[in-house]
Amino acid sequence: MLTKRIIPCLDVRNGRVVKGTNFEGLQDVSDPVALASCYSEEGADELVFYDITASAEGRRLFTDCLRAVAEQIFIPLTVGGGINSLEDFDRVLKCGADKVSVNSGAIRTPALIEEAAKKYGSQCVVLSVDVKRVDGEFRVFSHGGRINTGMDAVRWIQEGVERGAGEIVLNSIDTDGVKQGFDLEMLRAFDLNVPIVASGGAGCMEDFLTLFREVPGADAGLAASIFHFGEVKIRDLKEMLAENGIPVRRV
Amino acid sequence: MTAIVDYGVGNLFSLISSLRYLKQDAVLTSEEEVINAADRVILPGVGAFGDAAEKLRESGLDAVIRKQAFAGKPLLGICLGMQLLFEKSCEFGEHQGLGLLKGSIIPMQGTIPKGLKIPQMGWNALQIRRPHPLLQHIREGDCVYFVHSFYASDCEESILAVCEYGTAVPAAVAGENVMGCQFHPEKSGKVGLSILKAFCEVTI
Repeated sequence: MLTKRIIPCLDVRNGRVVKGTNFEGLQDVSDPVALASCYSEEGADELVFYDITASAEGRRLFTDCLRAVAEQIFIPLTVGGGINSLEDFDRVLKCGADKVSVNSGAIRTPALIEEAAKKYGSQCVVLSVDVKRVDGEFRVFSHGGRINTGMDAVRWIQEGVERGAGEIVLNSIDTDGVKQGFDLEMLRAFDLNVPIVASGGAGCMEDFLTLFREVPGADAGLAASIFHFGEVKIRDLKEMLAENGIPVRRV
Repeated sequence: MTAIVDYGVGNLFSLISSLRYLKQDAVLTSEEEVINAADRVILPGVGAFGDAAEKLRESGLDAVIRKQAFAGKPLLGICLGMQLLFEKSCEFGEHQGLGLLKGSIIPMQGTIPKGLKIPQMGWNALQIRRPHPLLQHIREGDCVYFVHSFYASDCEESILAVCEYGTAVPAAVAGENVMGCQFHPEKSGKVGLSILKAFCEVTI
């Protein structure tokens, strides 16, 4: 049986991980290789690196860091942030990324999804969508969740899958940062034949158990701060999930 | 020295990195002499069977690989590379494979229960069917990383391990010196590395 995946997400600026971290015995908490290695040892099933750099120099530092991670950590790596063209896909895939996540770039140019899927395969193309309730409807937001595109989220995701996206990351703006659990209602609204990664709202270990119990269609849970600050250890999380009958990979 | 066959299919960064990490001498090549001189050969691959088989044929690498396999050199196919070891595939029409293992490649669509997502993407547990040097360092239930929509069938005699995905999906296969993994050992953490290490230690 396919296991449920636990995915930490790391924000990277100028090749360094931002946001404080609390790893015992880790000297440099902003070193992407050291952090990635810690997560991998603890049993992370995949890592997401999100490039929040705007400058060309920062982009180069990002790919340097990605390459350094990919040379040492042998689990799937997903890269997101600033992916607007096939050249951007090419740039990060050459440095060891396995999957590339598109968000605003795909909203601007939906054809990017099928071009990338055709060139690199659907398994490589992740459509990340920031969704927020507006007047009771699920709407797509762009630019890091700042701009309401007015697009219907269910329709946009369906279109993304038809265009060739092989995986969907569904980030609920409504629950993001609130730490009261994943947005179960929103996640249930999407019934897809491609994997769905739930994002936004994880505050404790039980939130992952609730996610996998209540939303059978959720294949993975993604979180950032609870892992970075050491509030939840991936090893403990997986042990707890396994004890409760959720299939997870143990290391 | 391990030759990784370069025929323009897929992203080989992780495979090269993982062999380097294991301190194995590996080279990415499409040259016959290099493949002939290597101690072992890895056939990687991602994408469509027909395209990949065509590329191997056009470049003449199919004959090179077959010759080395028949001569007894250890050969490991990974993902699509494993599928290419079999006789044929019905992915978008019927295509001939290398025919080094008996069996054919069939789609998950229509052959696994509805409701299961296609591709199978993620970590699944290995159920070992028979011991083999390739699996010498791993244990029953160890998880490895899969990404695929097609799988091998009618290949009972070559199955080393399966994973459960609506059906028993052949995960690791082997003939005498010809081995294959449906999963990505270069993406399967320590378990995957130990499988690559075992392959590099195989003596036939």
